[in-house]
Amino acid sequence: MTPALARRRATNVLLGAVAIVVFVASVFPVYWMLNSSVLPNNAIRGPVPHFWPDEFTLRNYETVLGDGGRAPFLPALMTSLTVTLITVAAALLLAFLAALAVTRFRFKGRRSFIIAILLIQMIPGEAMIVSTFRVLDGWQLLNTIAGLTIVYVATVLPFTIWTLRGFVGGVPIELEEAAMIDGCTRMQAFRRVTFPLLAPGLVATGVFAFIQAWNEFLLALVIMQRPDMMTLPVWLRTFQQATQTTNWAAIMAGSTLMAIPVIIFFLIVQGRMTSGLVAGAVKG
Amino acid sequence: MAVAPLGTRAAPTSVTGGPPANLPGDRERDRIARRDRRGRRVVALTPAMLLVPATAVLLVIIGWPLVQLLVISFQEFGRAQVFGAPAPFVGFDNYADVLGDATFWEVLGRSILFAAVNVVLAMVLGTLVALLMTRLAKPLRLLVSVGLLLAWAMPALTAVVVWGWMFDTQFGVINYLLSQLPGVDMIGHSWLIDPLSFFGVATVIITWQSVPFVAFTIYAGLTQVPTEVLEAAQLDGASGLARFRFIVFPYLRSIFLVVTILQVIWDMRVFTQIYALQGIGGIREQTSTIGVYIYQVSVGSGDFAAGGAIAVILVVIMMAISAYYVRASIKEEQL
Repeated sequence: MTPALARRRATNVLLGAVAIVVFVASVFPVYWMLNSSVLPNNAIRGPVPHFWPDEFTLRNYETVLGDGGRAPFLPALMTSLTVTLITVAAALLLAFLAALAVTRFRFKGRRSFIIAILLIQMIPGEAMIVSTFRVLDGWQLLNTIAGLTIVYVATVLPFTIWTLRGFVGGVPIELEEAAMIDGCTRMQAFRRVTFPLLAPGLVATGVFAFIQAWNEFLLALVIMQRPDMMTLPVWLRTFQQATQTTNWAAIMAGSTLMAIPVIIFFLIVQGRMTSGLVAGAVKG
Repeated sequence: MAVAPLGTRAAPTSVTGGPPANLPGDRERDRIARRDRRGRRVVALTPAMLLVPATAVLLVIIGWPLVQLLVISFQEFGRAQVFGAPAPFVGFDNYADVLGDATFWEVLGRSILFAAVNVVLAMVLGTLVALLMTRLAKPLRLLVSVGLLLAWAMPALTAVVVWGWMFDTQFGVINYLLSQLPGVDMIGHSWLIDPLSFFGVATVIITWQSVPFVAFTIYAGLTQVPTEVLEAAQLDGASGLARFRFIVFPYLRSIFLVVTILQVIWDMRVFTQIYALQGIGGIREQTSTIGVYIYQVSVGSGDFAAGGAIAVILVVIMMAISAYYVRASIKEEQL
């Protein structure tokens, strides 16, 4: 073996080792959550941690799902699902229209609109909690699905418009025109040519909106204060506060239930999403 | 971003032409969008119609509360005012109070320092992981990607709760593993009581979740650097560091800039991680960052006026940080 070859092989082994370290560091907390969630509570409270689910049980999930006390899981799940799905649908629709306007037309105020979108994104939610609370209070929208949803739509909208704008701009209008020369109407051209090309962008943007709305904590904490109107993040925090000293296993089961949909969703669309991100990052 | 075809398609017309007598039908709109021979009034209307829904939502849900926030920050506004007492205007008193309060400066300094450490860590580690991914064989690269995706996909709150459990004083796996080292006994060690150690844990959590975004974005950029240029440089004897410094970095400059600014913005306004970690076992007074502080002052203590003033200050700071990013984006897009 030549020295150069030996050196290259050593480098590869080293890189492989680093890759494994990165993998383990990234995955371990997720694994630990799953592992702790399927072990009996008294097992994870021993002097030596169980590194494998050797005393497998689903009791913790029963505890979480069956808990009708101070922090019931199922109503929170329903609230979260409803708010998130409506937010995604509404934000995509509004953002798509706006993205069409700013990519396909030049008009007075276009530049200002885009600058405004960029600036709004920079307004921190923490700064807005009190006034948002008061405005919603004035409209009797506190502790309502509608109230939280409309706030979430506004929260994800700037980002959604900005991202979709990149995708819509990436579909050349010439394609649509070619279809129209071939006899399509504008709507047909849009449906058969532009929309399929845009679908990955819509999916990626929709997933981002979903994740943001599903995970949002602060606004939900302030707007949904009634226990029966909690979203999942608020539920998890309440449950963790109530159970922390006694039952970490159940908390891990609750965390898993909240995280799993997002993780699965994320993994399914990740190819599209990273390519979308790149398109967004490289092209703006 | 290429916006070249745009200007040549639709005529630059004003949207301020007043409301139309009737909305154009589908077919009519077809013609408008295709060519604008159909008369100015209708042509000008379409983008406005498309923008109205989004603009309305943003004005009502972001714009109006923002105005309210500004107003509150110049009023005397406490719990009494919430229940209907008049809120007299007090000029800049709230701002003077806040700026004269040592706690505010302490919190602000803490937030900036915390953000700085986290941004640097995420950028450095993320870039290193991205470079690592370019040098890995496919199976290993897939493995690393899956790991990063899992960390990235974890909801922030769940991440804090899980790390909180891992750092648990008595039964946490981290204390157990550290105690396996010879001469170390960490069982019973509380990570969250000491503020510095509290921020250490917060930094671990935030870095764990930020590195994937940085790594993926920069990796995606790296794959677009032309390999011929890199090979040519290598033939000319440029070291790895020199190639990164003089070829890769200039290619990726805008990506680095955007990612860094986004990290600064996210880390400056961090709320969930700090707030939830305090709930697991930190001392609030010594660990609040500015976002949590606003929450405590307004929602916790009911001093909405001071909370409002701090919030306005935070908005101004964030705008200042993002100004460069916004200007660069606008310029790059030739808007």
